[in-house]
Amino acid sequence: MTDTVMPAAASPMHRAIAKLIANRGALVGLTIIVIIGAVALLAPYLPIQNPNATSWSAIRKAPSLAHLLGTDELGHDLLARMIWGARASLAAGLVSVTLAITVGMPLGIVAGYLGGWIDLVISRVSEAFMAMPFLIMAIALSAFLGPSLTNSMIAIALSALPIFVRLTRAQAQAIKTEDYIEGARSIGLGPVAIMTRYIFPNVLPPILVQATLTVATAIIAEASLSFLGLGQQPPWPSWGSMLNVAKNFLDQAPWMAIWPGTAIFLVVVAFNLVGDGLRDALDPRSN
Amino acid sequence: MTTLLARRLLLAVPTLLIISMFVFLLQKLLPGDPVLVMAGEDRDPAVLELLRAKYHLNDPLPLQYLAWLVNALHGDLGISLRTNQPVLALIVEKLPVTLQLAIMAMTFALLIGIPLGVLAAVKRNTLIDYIVSLIALAGLSVPNFWLGIMLILVVSVKLGWLPASGYQPFSVDPLISLKTMLMPAFVLGNALAASIMRHTRSAMIGVLSSDYIRTARAKGLTEREVVLSHAFRNALVPIITLGALLFGELLAGAVLTEQIFTIPGFGKLIVDAVFNRDYAVVQGVVLCTAVGFISLNLLADVMAVLLNPRLRASL
Repeated sequence: MTDTVMPAAASPMHRAIAKLIANRGALVGLTIIVIIGAVALLAPYLPIQNPNATSWSAIRKAPSLAHLLGTDELGHDLLARMIWGARASLAAGLVSVTLAITVGMPLGIVAGYLGGWIDLVISRVSEAFMAMPFLIMAIALSAFLGPSLTNSMIAIALSALPIFVRLTRAQAQAIKTEDYIEGARSIGLGPVAIMTRYIFPNVLPPILVQATLTVATAIIAEASLSFLGLGQQPPWPSWGSMLNVAKNFLDQAPWMAIWPGTAIFLVVVAFNLVGDGLRDALDPRSN
Repeated sequence: MTTLLARRLLLAVPTLLIISMFVFLLQKLLPGDPVLVMAGEDRDPAVLELLRAKYHLNDPLPLQYLAWLVNALHGDLGISLRTNQPVLALIVEKLPVTLQLAIMAMTFALLIGIPLGVLAAVKRNTLIDYIVSLIALAGLSVPNFWLGIMLILVVSVKLGWLPASGYQPFSVDPLISLKTMLMPAFVLGNALAASIMRHTRSAMIGVLSSDYIRTARAKGLTEREVVLSHAFRNALVPIITLGALLFGELLAGAVLTEQIFTIPGFGKLIVDAVFNRDYAVVQGVVLCTAVGFISLNLLADVMAVLLNPRLRASL
């Protein structure tokens, strides 16, 4: 639809951005992410209560004007805890995926472009790590590293790493046979220059799609670890640890369980929508 | 067939070795002296030395690994610090519980995922297709432990239809066993159903646009016959492979589901072990899950070949 509006000479990137914006689902997702992200970033400056302030006179109060989302079993204001919890969830999702890409992409490019025994070692190791289910590996790692938000991010990053290695490797292998790589080689560029200047920018689009979808998985993984008590430690809130407490007060204070779960669901839907939208926008076949 | 099987089995060996190295090295991440943890209150130097010798802790790292691996290959995954039972025995004891949960969850996933996926493909780009896509997106995005909590809230706390927890072995009372597992299985199968739905839809769309489907239509078969006996049968192959692969995800998802519904299975075992600092059990569970996952992968490969005559001919 928008293609008719676009000038014919638009670059592939402009076309992709235009298609992404034209995708209603992706736009909704992006809006949700921007709003929740902004609230999370601005948490210290917002006129909300101290998320860790307890009040014995306001224990498990239903939502009211004084506490818009109610209070929990220690009298914490749930609105404040939801907003500070967003920081933990978003940070965990973004940091762990960034870490996984930073390590995974170079490994994948090297394995795919150079091949040989380096490829053999990298592929075998990442295959082995893929044989361990994501969450079980993250639980085991957090158990041995010790429970904390930072360690759960490391555990999630390590569990997500093989996906990026494999994807980058496959892309690099495909790009390796392109004419422009042959051209770069024939003018005397070394493997490092070819990998950084030609392979890297060309493997980026599919990695971007995978990264967005993996942020969604990582946010659920962090919530799961925190729910099990292996992520964010008290008194600081995270959506997962709030649910862990909430499950003990289901009949007296159901709202304690409703808000954090809805928030996780919304953010994960948002990242999935943007990821799906990005895939469609970056797919050259769909033009 | 046998050559394929042999080749795949051989390829699994290095994978398993790397996993075992990782699982072994996990314990080296622990701060402090493991012997002190094992000995507990007993700090007698002689006992500590005995333990060090028993677990080859004075040897260089590669030798320690070798000793550990040889034990593991003999089925000795160590002793649980808490219950003093062999780790393997603990795992074998809990496995049937999780297996029942996983099989019921898979049944749910297939019963929901395949019909909806076929429906979406047949009614492509209609309202029905969009609704199915939305259901799939929601299924993929909802954290299953939250879904479990909400179901307990509505079905158990408010309506009182099903119990919120409690486990009854199938062999003792099948009916109660199935009843208590109904909610957990639905929670666990939900994300899988979404995945299967999406794959069924795209597999069916691919098949429906192929030439032989046009031929089937041209020779006057009803749409029902075309979809069910021609298209669906061919779309089923990738779905079955996917199902086998997703079984591993089920084991991981079971960790949270069992925690919420307090089901004494494999997943509860690893979580309890984490909190009791029962590291040998954690290692054992990771190792066994990986072995199970690799075996399922192998099975999926073999099944794909058996179901697809063209792949069979290429051997």
